[in-house]
Amino acid sequence: MVAVTKSRSAFGWEHFPHVADIGVRGWGKTIDEAFEQAAIALTEVICDLAKVQPVQQVHIHCEAPDHEILLVDWLNSLIYEMATRRVLFSRFEVGITGCTLKAVAWGEVIDRKRHQPAVETKGATYTALRVAKDANGTWVAQCIVDV
Amino acid sequence: METSRLTRLSEFTWRIEPHDAMRVPVVIYADVELIRSMDDKVYEQAKNVAALPGIVGSCYAMPDAHWGYGFPIGGVAAFDAEEGGIVSAGGVGFDISCGVRTLCTGLRREDIEPHKEQLADALYRRVPVGVGSTGNVHLDDAGMKAMLVRGAEWAVEQGFGRREDLERIEEHGRVPGALPTEVSTQAKKRQRHEMGTLGSGNHYLEVQEVARIHDTRTATAFGIEVGDVVVSIHCGSRGLGHQIGTEFLRRMGQAASEYGIKLPDRELACAPINSTVGQSYLGAMRAAINCALANRQIITHLAREVFAELLPAAKLDLIYDVSHNTCKLEDHIVDGQRRRLYVHRKGATRAFGPGHPELPEEFRDLGQPVLIGGSMGTASHILAGNVESERLSFASACHGAGRSMSRRQATKLWRGRQVVDELAERGIIVRSPSPRGVAEEAPGAYKDVNAVVEAASRAGLARKVAELRPMLCIKG
Repeated sequence: MVAVTKSRSAFGWEHFPHVADIGVRGWGKTIDEAFEQAAIALTEVICDLAKVQPVQQVHIHCEAPDHEILLVDWLNSLIYEMATRRVLFSRFEVGITGCTLKAVAWGEVIDRKRHQPAVETKGATYTALRVAKDANGTWVAQCIVDV
Repeated sequence: METSRLTRLSEFTWRIEPHDAMRVPVVIYADVELIRSMDDKVYEQAKNVAALPGIVGSCYAMPDAHWGYGFPIGGVAAFDAEEGGIVSAGGVGFDISCGVRTLCTGLRREDIEPHKEQLADALYRRVPVGVGSTGNVHLDDAGMKAMLVRGAEWAVEQGFGRREDLERIEEHGRVPGALPTEVSTQAKKRQRHEMGTLGSGNHYLEVQEVARIHDTRTATAFGIEVGDVVVSIHCGSRGLGHQIGTEFLRRMGQAASEYGIKLPDRELACAPINSTVGQSYLGAMRAAINCALANRQIITHLAREVFAELLPAAKLDLIYDVSHNTCKLEDHIVDGQRRRLYVHRKGATRAFGPGHPELPEEFRDLGQPVLIGGSMGTASHILAGNVESERLSFASACHGAGRSMSRRQATKLWRGRQVVDELAERGIIVRSPSPRGVAEEAPGAYKDVNAVVEAASRAGLARKVAELRPMLCIKG
C-alpha cells in the first residue's frame, strides 16, 4: 500500500495505512516541527486543511514521561479541543522543552457544508507509535489514530 | 495468517498452542479462507493476550478478527479477579459499548417503498449524524450523573422510548456498578451535547428488509418474517467513551509496570481488576456502557417520532440491543466449575444460549439475538446464541464484517457520489453529510459479512436466524 505524501522536503506529513483506521506521520528538522506536521496530518484525516481558516486560537499544554506519550497526549488534546469547541485546526506552533509541550493551534468552528468533514477522530493510539530522529537528522512523529 | 502456524481442531476451529509466555491457548474460529486473509497481527495480539495474568480457559478470536489495539478486534478473553486477573482499556476499545439494536416496524416492504425518499429525508433531518453534529439533549451535572448511572432506564424516564424496551437490552438497559465519579470532567464535557447523536465512520441508522429466514421458530419469537421491515442502529458511547478509553490507556500503561505486569505491547495497557486503577476503569467503563445504551435509546425515540409522522401504523418494537465493545462480569462454567469472570469482548457480541436467565421470557428457550451489522449496502444478519456457545467462546460470536482495505485506499477507488448513485440503482438510498465519508465506507472496502456469519454459524458460536437487506441508510 502506498502512503499519501504531500511533500518530501525537510518537513512534511503523510498518512500511512492501517486496515481499520489511519496512521498520521509528521517530520521536520526539529521535534517541534515533526509534531506540528503530525497535527496537520490529523486534520487531514477529517477534512481538507486548506478549507480551515486559522481565525481563532487555542493554547495547549502537555507533559508526559517520554516523547512518544507526549505525541499521543498532543494529538489527543487536539481531538478533545476539536470535540468540545466544535472546531477544526489548520495552523500549529509547537514548542517542546524536555517532555513538556506548549502549543498554539489556530482554526475555526466547524462549518459542515464548507469543511465537509469525513470522519470523527476518536483518539490517538500507541499503535505504530514512534518519535525519533533518523540517521539524516530528521525528526519523525507518528501513530495510528482511531476513527 | 499461515495455516501452518496453527493446529486445526475441526473445519472451523484452529488453535495456537501455548508457547513462550502464553498461559492459555488461543482458539480461532474461521474457515481456511478467513484464516488466510487474517492479518498476522491477530496471531501476535491474541498470543499477547493469552499471556496476561489471570486469563482463564482460552483466548478466542472470532471469524471477523483483525488487527486492533493491544487486543485483536474480534477478541474474547476472560479473567479471574481472584487469580490476579486484569482489566484492559485496549481490550474494550475506544468506542466503549459500541453496538447494534434492531427494531421491528411491523410494516411490510410494500408499505415503505412508496415513502422511501421521504422517510430517508426525515430520518436524516431528525437524527444528528456526522462530525460536529449535536443532539437536542443537553445535560447538566445532575442529568449527566443520572444518565451515567441508569443508562437507557434514565432515557426512558426522560420520555425517550418505552419501559418495555428495557427488557430487550442487555442488563435491562442499565449496567450496575457505574461510577460517574471515575469519569473525568473532560469526558463529561465531551459528551454534554452529544447525546442522541449517531457519530461517523462505520456508524449508521438503516431501514432494512427481512430478506431471508433461516430459523422460522426463532424468527417468529423475535417477531420477524420475510418481507418485514426493521430499523437497525449502530453507534456507541460517543465522545465520553472515546475520552475514557484515551485516558485509561495512558493510566494503565503506567499502572501495569507499577503492578509488575510486563507488557509486550504498550497498547495492551491493563491493571489488576483488584487494584485502584482497575476498579476506577471498571466504574468509568460501566458509566460509558450506560451512556451508549442511553444514546441508542434516544436515537430510537427519534426514529419512532419520524415513523409516527410519516407512517403512523409503524410500531418499532425493540427486538434486542447488543454491545460489542465491553468488559462484563459474568458467570461461566470452566472445567465443570461455575466461576465469576470479567469477560472482555472487543468487537465480539455476547451470545447467551437457550435458558440463560438474563434473556427475556419470549425467547429464553431459543437463545439471545446476536445482531451483526453489515457495511453500507450489504446484508446484516440476526443470529441466536446456542447452548454450545458457552463452552466454545464464553458465549460470544462475531460482530461484523471488518474492513478489507484502508480508508485512503477506498477513497482512491471510489468517489462518494458514485457510491451513492450505484447504491440508488440497487434501490438503496444513502443520506450522509460527507461524500468522502461515504467513499471511505464503500461496501467494497469491507470483507464479506456473509462469510463471517457462515463461519460463526458453522463453528457453532451462534445460529443463523435471518438476513436483512438495506433499503435506506443514514450515514455519518
